[in-house]
Amino acid sequence: MSETLPPQAKVAQVDPGRSTPAPRTRRNGLSRRVSGQIFLYALLVILAIIYIFPFLVQVATSFKTDSEAASNALSLIPQTVTFAAYETLFGRSDFPLWFVNSTIVTVVVTLGRVFFVSLAGYALARLHFRGRGAIFALVVAVMAVPAVVLLIPKFLVLNQIGIYDTYAAMILPLLVDAAGVFIMKNFFESIPVSVEEQARIDGAGAFRVFWSVVLPMARPALITIVILSFQGSWNELSHFIVATQSPELTTLTKGVASLASGQLSQGTQYPIKLAAALIMTIPVAVLFFIFQKRIMNTSEGAVKG
Amino acid sequence: MTATVTTPRAGSRNTGIRRGEAAAGWVFVLPVILILGLFLLIPVLMALWVSFSDWAGRGSPLSGSVNFVGLENYAAVTTGGGLAERDFGISLRNIAWYVLLVVPLQTALSLFLAVLVNRAVLRGRGFFRTAFYFPSVTSSVAITILWLFLFSQTGVVNAVLAWIGITGPNWFQEPSGIVHNALAGLGVTSGPEALTQTDVLGVSLWEWLAGPSVALSAFILMAVFTTSGTFMLLFIAALQNVGGELGEAGMMDGANGWQRFWHITLPQLRPTIFTVVTLGVIGGWQVFDQIYTGTEGGPAKTTVTPAYLSYEAAFTRQEWGEGSAIAFLLFLIIIFFTIIQRWVLRERGVSKRRAARYEVKGGRS
Repeated sequence: MSETLPPQAKVAQVDPGRSTPAPRTRRNGLSRRVSGQIFLYALLVILAIIYIFPFLVQVATSFKTDSEAASNALSLIPQTVTFAAYETLFGRSDFPLWFVNSTIVTVVVTLGRVFFVSLAGYALARLHFRGRGAIFALVVAVMAVPAVVLLIPKFLVLNQIGIYDTYAAMILPLLVDAAGVFIMKNFFESIPVSVEEQARIDGAGAFRVFWSVVLPMARPALITIVILSFQGSWNELSHFIVATQSPELTTLTKGVASLASGQLSQGTQYPIKLAAALIMTIPVAVLFFIFQKRIMNTSEGAVKG
Repeated sequence: MTATVTTPRAGSRNTGIRRGEAAAGWVFVLPVILILGLFLLIPVLMALWVSFSDWAGRGSPLSGSVNFVGLENYAAVTTGGGLAERDFGISLRNIAWYVLLVVPLQTALSLFLAVLVNRAVLRGRGFFRTAFYFPSVTSSVAITILWLFLFSQTGVVNAVLAWIGITGPNWFQEPSGIVHNALAGLGVTSGPEALTQTDVLGVSLWEWLAGPSVALSAFILMAVFTTSGTFMLLFIAALQNVGGELGEAGMMDGANGWQRFWHITLPQLRPTIFTVVTLGVIGGWQVFDQIYTGTEGGPAKTTVTPAYLSYEAAFTRQEWGEGSAIAFLLFLIIIFFTIIQRWVLRERGVSKRRAARYEVKGGRS
């Protein structure tokens, strides 16, 4: 494992700024710190393997035959590479339809959420109107309502207002998100008021100020909302379970979950299931790697909020 | 809601630069209020009504033929003595073990990962952070599928166990509790009468103490795997706020690395640890997706969670009142932990007198 220790890390051990104790202790301390570093990197590499290996196995298994997936689960290189799983998914299942449904819902939800949430966040941060405090208190209170408790309630209302089993039922309830309002409000409060006042003196209305002046400045926060709502609606399962029943409205999460219980055919079918789960992970993974730095920072803020 | 919508007029006394703000403000927040009201507030009230009614799923729950039955549904799941009570008891048993094991494990692991990757001299810091965080962004459905494979009879986990001569179980088919299994290893296969003869929520104390089933244990490991990255980020943020001065002072006084961590860093992380623990508890109580995708509560109901039970009661068995009652009991439990968290974190860094002042202000507006 010592080869994982890059030369720079060793150099870093020789800390010239440190006060100089007796030579003997220094040498001992040094070698102890070097072996400590080796141990640290070894530990990190082992942990990283534990975290990454499942995904590598997933990729490999999706190209294996059923029997090899069972007989040789650990290997990362299939003995016979087969695209059968992908051919089944795209050629002989509703998988493409699920993908399209997930895409439609995710895109509409994300666009809608960015707009509504930033509107409300701006109003709560900047516009003075009676009831503002009460509305904000309501939004904060709503953030505490756990989603799983809402499964039955949501079904009841969707049914009652007659949109059960439609795209509207899938999209409308997800269009707004209390945590998003909270994030946007915090962001708008950090922008200096003077920016808007200039525009106001020039006679711009509230929406004009919001749309042309403040919103373009809010790009970092907007990207946060885009990431959170894309990830949230793409990965959403429970809401779609209670909002729809037709096969035509099945999303990836719902469809792939049904694959898990072995709907395509007999046998374990692990290559197909893992291929489906893999494809479903790709858009979120791409988003993750594009906005990696930001995601690493936003989730801190989001959870704290 | 209509009453409040008419209030912008009150703000019209604002003139000059603030002209029209009140109206704009209301228009801006209207979509949020409408959607939150329609899909959150009204649903909760409707479900509250259903939990007190005998609605059987046909027609509208608000129609005249639906009767108010008081606490009957709540009684059925808590004191009914029937299957409903037993199922609810089992779901509480399962989730209690789940939370009891997941929360300490994920808190300790995420703190450990954060300390490891937070070293200033660490090379490849970004890579390690990414590796640990990536499972958190993938969907619970995809991870569950992967987990079903990893922990299958011929899966990766059992293949690794085979290296060290252990024949792994068929994880997701194994209903035996791990505490019972450990006791069986010591030769104890049946509990004392005091435990087997005493029932709480239709489940004997011996069964309460069975531990999570092997199947549930696989879900526990999955939760630790997928959440440790998220909480690691919280700890990294907190570690970066911890000033280096105290640590240096400790180093001068001859404290070794472990002592410095235990006596200097850890106490400063207390608020974050508390946040992670309560968020873990709140999240733990809500487990649903994994169960729906993976086991549907089996084997032998040992992976039934309250959230899944509520769904199953309403949508599969058409016991809407019962399902809603379970959902509200779950709601109360989660709200309880949420309030504790907010209350404790609010106290932090603010003196009692100042906190009181804020509260008066909040109440007025």
